[in-house]
Amino acid sequence: MKTQIEEARLDGNAIGGLLREIFAVEMTAAMGTCASCGAVNEVGRVQVYVHAPGTVVRCPDCEQVLMRIVRGRGRYWVDMTGVRCLEFSDA
Amino acid sequence: MTSHGPLKWQFGTLAEVVQETPRVSSLHLDVPDWQGHLAGQHVDVRLTADDGYQAERSYSIASAPDDPRLALTVERLDDGEVSPYLVGELRVGDRLELRGPIGGFFVWRGDVDTPLLVIGGGSGVVPLMAMLRHRANIKSTVPARLLFSSRTQADIIYRDELSRLGAAGDGLTVFHTLTRERPAGWTGYTRRVDETMLKEVAWPKQDSPAVFICGPTPFVEAASQLLVGMGYEPRSIKTERFGATGGTA
Repeated sequence: MKTQIEEARLDGNAIGGLLREIFAVEMTAAMGTCASCGAVNEVGRVQVYVHAPGTVVRCPDCEQVLMRIVRGRGRYWVDMTGVRCLEFSDA
Repeated sequence: MTSHGPLKWQFGTLAEVVQETPRVSSLHLDVPDWQGHLAGQHVDVRLTADDGYQAERSYSIASAPDDPRLALTVERLDDGEVSPYLVGELRVGDRLELRGPIGGFFVWRGDVDTPLLVIGGGSGVVPLMAMLRHRANIKSTVPARLLFSSRTQADIIYRDELSRLGAAGDGLTVFHTLTRERPAGWTGYTRRVDETMLKEVAWPKQDSPAVFICGPTPFVEAASQLLVGMGYEPRSIKTERFGATGGTA
């Protein structure tokens, strides 16, 4: 049975605006390597949960946490422990 | 198209409202200094209350890059924080704060010859409509098929425009399915998207179509898993999930 959390799951397209606040360029087409399983996916394909405090990003292949982003009180907290590498266009 | 640095919030002015269905309206906006967009991209919309409280939501762009105005098509969610204001309270001449365009993954540029297969559930049709409008504007004749799932006939967004586009004889075929109604005289499907339906609608995998699927999360995941089960390369399928409440499929 699918849980409410699974049905509310979004994908990396949903955080395109948030990532543009942090990175200088469009990021949904960036390729990210999962530090846990090594899978390489476009950011647009990752799993995104926005109902936690902050945003939790998970690998679509192994479901390990790739990123956690919290924004509040004029600051960002960005945990990228789960991402081994991000590759993106400079254009 | 892509520029460096953060996206700036800017104001658009509502120029026209088109009611698409009882719950869905298109907002046509004049946005000075709009930098242009690609079919499939979205904007973030921000509402600010008198006490400073802000709510932000993403809405897909419905207009084609070559259309004169920026159009957003918004479904009113009764328990929503933003959509009841956009569909119901916002009036022509009012200003709306937005930033964009956003996204580079779920986009169709119209510069390839591969067939285009787009599958939408409810308001998930919106970014797909931008692609089909763009395809018509640039007089593309790449074969294209839309499979569009709606609850009832009255819930079909862009119904008249889709029948016009599908009758243009330029290679687009539109397939409808209804999940909660079997109207008399209806010639489309009347069930949820399944493998039999996709085998009738989709090209064989060796034709390598570009695939875009958008709608509520369970709809998107079911449709993409069916295509993968039919042998489609997962990398050829691009998806955009609207969550649990973002559609009417």
